[in-house]
This record gives sequence, C-alpha cells and structure tokens, in this order.
Amino acid sequence: MLASLHSSNTSQAPVAHFLSEHSCLSIDHFSLAYAGKEALRDLTLSVPRHRVTAFIGPSGCGKSTLLRAINRLHDLNESVTHSGQVKLEGQDIHDPQMNVTELRRRVGMVFQTPNPFPMSIYENVAFGLRLQQRLPKRKRDDIIEWALTSAALWDEVKDRLHRSAWQLSGGQQQRLVIARTLAVQPDVLLLDEPASALDPISTLKIEELIRNLKSELTLVLVTHNMQQAARVSDYTAFLHQGELVEYGPTDQVFTNPRLQRTENYITGRIT
Amino acid sequence: MDITSDSHSQHISRQFNQELEELKTHLMAMGGLVEKQVQDAVFALLEGDTRLAEQVRDNDRQVNDLQLQIDDECTRVLARRQPAASDLRLVLAVIRATSDLERIGDEASKIARNALLLSENSSTIRGLVEVRHISEHVRKMLRDALTAFARFDTDLAMQVVREDQLVDDEYSSAMRSLMTFMMEDSRSITSVLSIMWVLRALERVGDHADNLAEYVVYLVKGLDIRHSDTDDLDPKVLKKS
Ligand SMILES: Nc1ncnc2c1ncn2[C@@H]1O[C@H](COP(=O)(O)OP(=O)(O)OP(=O)(O)O)[C@@H](O)[C@H]1O
Ligand SMILES: [Mg+2]
Repeated sequence: MLASLHSSNTSQAPVAHFLSEHSCLSIDHFSLAYAGKEALRDLTLSVPRHRVTAFIGPSGCGKSTLLRAINRLHDLNESVTHSGQVKLEGQDIHDPQMNVTELRRRVGMVFQTPNPFPMSIYENVAFGLRLQQRLPKRKRDDIIEWALTSAALWDEVKDRLHRSAWQLSGGQQQRLVIARTLAVQPDVLLLDEPASALDPISTLKIEELIRNLKSELTLVLVTHNMQQAARVSDYTAFLHQGELVEYGPTDQVFTNPRLQRTENYITGRIT
Repeated sequence: MDITSDSHSQHISRQFNQELEELKTHLMAMGGLVEKQVQDAVFALLEGDTRLAEQVRDNDRQVNDLQLQIDDECTRVLARRQPAASDLRLVLAVIRATSDLERIGDEASKIARNALLLSENSSTIRGLVEVRHISEHVRKMLRDALTAFARFDTDLAMQVVREDQLVDDEYSSAMRSLMTFMMEDSRSITSVLSIMWVLRALERVGDHADNLAEYVVYLVKGLDIRHSDTDDLDPKVLKKS
C-alpha cells in the first residue's frame, strides 16, 4: 500500500491526497477567519489513519488554528467564521447530528504547556472517564493502568498514584496529560508542540510514545522542531500563511521537497 | 525540485553557508589534485619519465589525507547541523565523491608503478597509442564530471554518463588488439601485460568519473540514477521541475 502511495505521489500536484491510505480526517476546502481576517485558506488534505502526520510552518501560519478547528475549539469564539468541511471518519464535524462532547472524546488534544488538573495523578486520568460513564472501580483501575502504561508513565508513578499531579516533572506531566486523553479511548490525538517545553530526554520519550501510539490511533503533530517532524512523522504538511504549500511522505519532504518554499523553510534558508 | 550552485549560500546561519561552501571547495581541490595525478602518471608512462612516476606514487598520500579531511568535515556537518533536503544531498554527494576520487588516485598510482616497470624494458612497447587515446578520453570525462559538480550542471553530467559507455567500448577493442600482440610476439608478454593493467586502470577512472556525474544528478535532482539504464533516463533528468 505504501509503495503505491509513494509512486502516485510523483505527480507535480502541490496537494497529495494519499488516495491509497485510509483517511481518518479529511479536510475539504476549509477556510477560517478571525473577525474577517483569514487565518486558513482553502485547505484540502486528508490525514491517514494510524499514521503520524506532522504540520510544520512558520509562526502564525495557522497550525494551531487548524488543530483547534478539528476539535471545534473555536465554537465559543463568535468572531470566527469558517467554510468548507472537516470530516472525521466520513462524518462532517459541523453536522448538527454531531455531539461536540463526543467529538472531543474521539479527538483528544494535547497542548504545548502540560496542563494537569489540580488533583491526584489517579484522578487526572479518571477525570474524563468519570464524566463519560459510571464504571465499577476495578474496571476503572484497569483503564487507568492501561492509559498510564500506554503513555509510558506507569512505572514512574504506580507507587504514588494518589499524590498530586503537580509533583511530577514537566515531561511526566505531559505524559500524564496524554494518559488522561488516552483514557477515554480517542480515535485521534492532536498534539500542539507537545515537547517544546521539555528537556531532550523527555522529548525523546514523548517521540517514542507517539510512535508507539500509532497502532492504536491517528496522530497529528504540530512542531517547530524540523528534526522532530523528520524523526516521528509518516507524512508532513507544510503550511505557510494559512495555505497548504506541500504535503507528502516525510521521507520525500525532508530529502527532496518539491517546492522551493518548503526547501527554504526546512533547511533554514532566507525566503 | 532542482537546485543551483548558489543554493547553499542562502541559509540564515552564515556559518552553515560557509561550512557547505568549504566542503565544495575542498572537494574541488581534491578533484584537481587527482586530475593532475592521472595526467602525470600517463605522461610519465608515455615519455618514460621515471622521476615523475615516482612523484605520482608518493603524492598518493596527499590524496588519501584529503579524503580523510573532507570526510571529517562531512561528519561534523551531519552531527552539528542535521542537514535536510538539498543540504543533506550535498553532504552525501561529497562523501561519495571523495571515495571515488580517492580510488582514481589509486588508479593513478597503479599507472605510475607500471610506468616504472616499463621503463626497465628496452624493446619497443606496444599499445601506447591506445593508452594515449583512452587516457585523453577519460581525463576529459573526469574534468567534465568535476566541472558538472562545481556548476551543478546535470546536462554536462549526463554527457559524462554517456561517454562512459564509449570508453568501455574503446577499452574492449584495445584489449583485443593487445591480446593479438601477445600472441604474435611472446617476448612482448610482460610489457603488454603492464599496458593492459594501465588500460584497465584508465577504464576504472572512467567508471569513477561516471559515478561522480551520477552524484551530480542526485545532488541537483534528488534522483538516484546509480542503477538505472541511462537510455531510459535522459528525458526524466533533462526535464526541468
Ligand atoms: N483568537 C484569535 N483571534 C484573532 N486572531 C487569531 C487568534 N488566534 C490566532 N490568530 C491569528 O491567526 C493566525 C494563525 O495563528 P495560529 O496560532 O494558528 O498560528 P501557529 O501556526 O499555531 O503559530 P505558532 O507556531 O506561533 O504557534 C495568526 O495570524 C494569529 O495572529
Ligand atoms: Mg501554534
């Protein structure tokens, strides 16, 4: 499947649709403006299922805006207008049938600064579960252990589950936030610069975690760290001033990008 | 996406520009030295100049040292800059090119050693016409390959790739004539064998020049043509993207 994907991508079209991959998210002519000022312009791309897709681009190009849109975090901002579609597994996320709480369960989001809740490690992970359904304690404990294990944190916290989450290091807090998100079993995990506030070792742990989570869900990673995008992602999309400039297999984008603008950005050239 | 020879001077980091520029400069210096080695070795053989032949043999050390130095510089750039895209391709092409240049240097030494052997031989030496002819051909290929590298000129590089097929043909036909000389005159066997080694060395120089040309295409186009049939390639390479 990947082979045919690569070969179909030799065309000169600036936007690759990766037709042969199963699409998890598909964004179709999506535009978004803050108070009439366009932040995303006519984006069309599809995010393949069980892959890591990186969004890269200079500050202000719209990466966070796009992630927030996928989660409908703009809903409460009345100045935001949008057009086009975002589909999750074929279903339009703006469809009146779509329940926003359910959307946010299925599409988890992790931000740059770790934001654990002011409660114990255990309660942090149990939080979403408690909102969602009443579970017998045994069952809940199992899910919490599973989520912390998946987030590669279990061994470090299993003896202090009832201590405050604030006692964890920044890197551990970020993995806790990921565990909290995983506990409700999302289909998609959106990560907005999840490692930019972390030291190199914690960063590598997060990267390892991202790679391992691929078998469970679909990941979208925003990063300013080119090497990080190159290390962990399968596909890379380069955004510039609200537009999708180039989108392709990471191997290709980082060894032989099709467009000068992409090359200049990833190699640190003056544009 | 195609790149041009000044693509590597546009980084925000001026020091990075300089490091890449130095890689190219040092590669060209090594190329110049190796070209001279081949030229001197062939001259020493044709003119029976033993001093020059000894000099070529001794200079091989310098070629090896340059290879180590450039490889070191490449390693440093890889470790410190983590180059991507055309920067990465430049570093990889330079590493590969130094290895081919070093081996061209070895071939020049071989020619020089055979020049010394032949100088002890008093009878007329057969096959010098072929040596002269093929050496001119491969030296031009080497010069063009280096020029193509310096200018990021894929048209010139493709010309070198095509030339290599002609050299291979010339080499086969020269070998056939030398076999005939040996059969006709058994006293010439030792010297003809030496000449055969020289021709073999020159043919290898052509192959290495061909490799250098292929790295230029990789560097500029991001296309690895090392194991492709050149006849299928030209249109793809010549197409501007
Ligand atoms: N709440 C908001 N109200 C108005 N404009 C906004 C808002 N959020 C973002 N913008 C504008 O939208 C554009 C895209 O911003 P966004 O935060 O998506 O960029 P980004 O690619 O995530 O940048 P960075 O890499 O710095 O995080 C910018 O011009 C920004 O100023
Ligand atoms: Mg952002």
